[in-house]
Amino acid sequence: MTLHLPPILTYALRRLVQAVPVIVLIMIGTFLLLKLAPGDTVDALVGDMGGADAAYIARLRTEYGLDQPVWVQLWLYMVKLVQFDFGWSFVYEESVATILLERLGTTLMLMATSLSIAFTVGCFLGAFAARRAYSLTDNVISTVGLVFYATPSFFLSLMMILLFSVQLGWLPVGGIKTVAGFYTGWDHVVDVARHLIMPTAALSLIYLSFYLRLMRASVLEVADLDFVRTARAKGAGETRLMVHHIMRNALLPVITLLGMQFSTVLGGSVVVETIFSLPGLGQLAYQSVIQRDMNMLMGIIFLCAIIVVVVNFLTDLLYARLDSRIELA
Amino acid sequence: MNGNTPVLEIKGLRIALPKGADRPYALDGLDLTVNPGEIVCLVGESGSGKSLTAGAIMRLLPEPHVHVADGAIRFEGEDLLALSEARMKAIRGDRIAQIFQEPMTALNPQKSVGWQLDEVLRLHTELGKSDRKARVIEMLERVKIPDPASAYNAYPHQISGGQRQRVMIAMALSLSPRLIIADEPTTALDVTTQLEILRLIRELQEQDGAGVLFITHDFGVVAEIADKVAVLCKGELVEQGPAQQILNRPQHSYTQALIAAIPALTPPAPRDFTGAPVVLEAKGLVKTFAARGGMFSGKRKAVKAVSDLSFVLRRGETLGVVGESGSGKTTVSRIVTRLLESDTGSVTVEGTDLLACSPRELRRMRQYIQMVFQDPMASLNPRKRVEALIAQGPIVHGVDPKEARERARKLLELVELSPAAASRFPHEFSGGQRQRIGIARALAMEPRVIVADEPVSALDVSVQAQVLKLLGDLRDRLDLSLLFVTHDLRVAAQLCDRLIVMQKGEIVETGVTAEIFADPQHPYTRKLLDSIPGRGWTPPVIRPDAA
Repeated sequence: MTLHLPPILTYALRRLVQAVPVIVLIMIGTFLLLKLAPGDTVDALVGDMGGADAAYIARLRTEYGLDQPVWVQLWLYMVKLVQFDFGWSFVYEESVATILLERLGTTLMLMATSLSIAFTVGCFLGAFAARRAYSLTDNVISTVGLVFYATPSFFLSLMMILLFSVQLGWLPVGGIKTVAGFYTGWDHVVDVARHLIMPTAALSLIYLSFYLRLMRASVLEVADLDFVRTARAKGAGETRLMVHHIMRNALLPVITLLGMQFSTVLGGSVVVETIFSLPGLGQLAYQSVIQRDMNMLMGIIFLCAIIVVVVNFLTDLLYARLDSRIELA
Repeated sequence: MNGNTPVLEIKGLRIALPKGADRPYALDGLDLTVNPGEIVCLVGESGSGKSLTAGAIMRLLPEPHVHVADGAIRFEGEDLLALSEARMKAIRGDRIAQIFQEPMTALNPQKSVGWQLDEVLRLHTELGKSDRKARVIEMLERVKIPDPASAYNAYPHQISGGQRQRVMIAMALSLSPRLIIADEPTTALDVTTQLEILRLIRELQEQDGAGVLFITHDFGVVAEIADKVAVLCKGELVEQGPAQQILNRPQHSYTQALIAAIPALTPPAPRDFTGAPVVLEAKGLVKTFAARGGMFSGKRKAVKAVSDLSFVLRRGETLGVVGESGSGKTTVSRIVTRLLESDTGSVTVEGTDLLACSPRELRRMRQYIQMVFQDPMASLNPRKRVEALIAQGPIVHGVDPKEARERARKLLELVELSPAAASRFPHEFSGGQRQRIGIARALAMEPRVIVADEPVSALDVSVQAQVLKLLGDLRDRLDLSLLFVTHDLRVAAQLCDRLIVMQKGEIVETGVTAEIFADPQHPYTRKLLDSIPGRGWTPPVIRPDAA
């Protein structure tokens, strides 16, 4: 008996199953990182308490399963991760999962908007530049894109703060909302949006040039292909050529990059969140390193890895929808 | 409309090339007339400027680098070069339509067949959606696509090459253009499909009474379809006239040389190899390719590329493997050289089964059997000098590097290249010269057997003739055995002593070439032979001193 699902569902299911070994590998990877780090949880705990006697340490080790063979520990670790139990943060006096959940929203919002802007504007400018390849407009667009790409994100962020917050006073310096604002409803949304303008701009300006350059190259390549010539011979005008024949084909490699870039942007958000004091995962990661909050750090790494896997899964689906040549069955 | 007005009239057309090109004008003073209901073939080798002529008529040259410098192009009396771009856009696809060479790349891979046909109607007519769809389906029927309704929704990659070209033709003819420019429309197709497409173009053109400018390099195709012929050589029109005259009584020495280079359909006299030792024996080769599919796809369709294939190759003999695309002929050449693993069977060379060799033994055995590939540009490493390319095989097999390089230079002489070629890179040579390098590279190992996979398919006829002659000479001088894979029966007739005719992975007929050509037994072989373009035309024997 075969199951008759729509092809896109079958495809999605297959890609999901393929993601399982990746996630298991990530689990093993983070576990090994923990093991490689000098000292274990109990050492950290005891250090925190200011010392304890050997019997108590041994009891704690048994309690935490640390006296078991390594593979049993790995198994316990994996079982806990699957249940989204990342352990306890001794810094925040709270379970890691709770803190992560609190912070996740801000980071996702920041990343989703930055990436969408970088992608849309980058693709548009790239296509625009390609149609005027080697002209002054093209050179200006490409050079400006390169300048932003070459600028370190902390520098760009600080300069923006200097200009727009300190000099002009248009935008708030940092944070996600006005501390004593107590806005509700629409005012709250506007307040949060105002706080997000600069971090989003900083992140998207840096990653925009990737899409710009790739889209420019891709459009130039597709514009030379035979079917574009066919469309011209049919009597199609330049706008029609661009929209129906060139863009659709040129976008495909750029979408692949979109999925791959997500993890890089996640890394970039550590710096930007820290500078703009946004309570997101990036800032949390930075603080956890400083405060040696191992459990928190492992939780962040694992969560980020899952996010990257999920996003790549979604890009694959999107790609399959867009590229008619991919047979889903 | 005045019946005497030619559809297309080209006068003194000159197309300028950018500075640094091999000549200042791609086309220098072309005069050409196409009348309604007439098929005019523009013939020439690669680089003769024939495709640029099409570009100039459509006003789609890659300007400003390549542009019309001089001359006039009149379409139904109207000067195309003087028209505004907007007017020209309205004419393209409507009154002048073009069919391109490679139907796979000439269709947008992301749009359905129906959408792409519909686009022509959307651009040039005021028809509503349902009327357009009816017209498209009607056109698909006219070009004889089976099941037009499902072809409408199909994407280009889902239909065969022949059907794709039918779609291109439907697209070009959907508004009954007055002029059809067909640029090598059958070059990428199998012979049987080629014949069908040629007939289709002829038939539809007779119905509509359009003029056709048919661009081709193949005199066989010319013999099949042309009313008039114009021959181009390096941008210059060397000869023009009615098809019968050009084909049978060519006047210009270039036309004569081109026609003389066409492989005749007369196979070599049978040679007797019964006493010669067997150098290669293939037994029971089977290769099945699993179609793409993963864990959840349920059934995987297996494609049998080769099923139960056996043959022997004797010393000094040439065995041709012929068939259309998908017949499994290339798979055979890859299995025999073990570039591809066979499912079962054996290939015995020098008393050793190649397919059972360990990787170490295999490396040693490779010296006995070497390959010459189809695309010499792609198969020679562009970063290496010719000398290194030829010598690297022997060096790997333990020959002293200095001696190997010395021998490489001698081999270049053997394939009739200057020894100075040794220190140059592959891109500095022409296609024919590169294939000579490919042959020298194969010979460097002093093999017993050379497996050649479509070695002359990418070459112009005149070059093709030279390379074939070289292969034949070398075979006789070095007592080599050749396994010669080709889709071109004319080429096979030139060189092969025996033939294997393959269809869908199976041998349908095998025997002495001359006998197969004279009396084909299997219907498929008969069909293949009947489809050879210009089979009814015997190229005249031209003695070079006759003029």
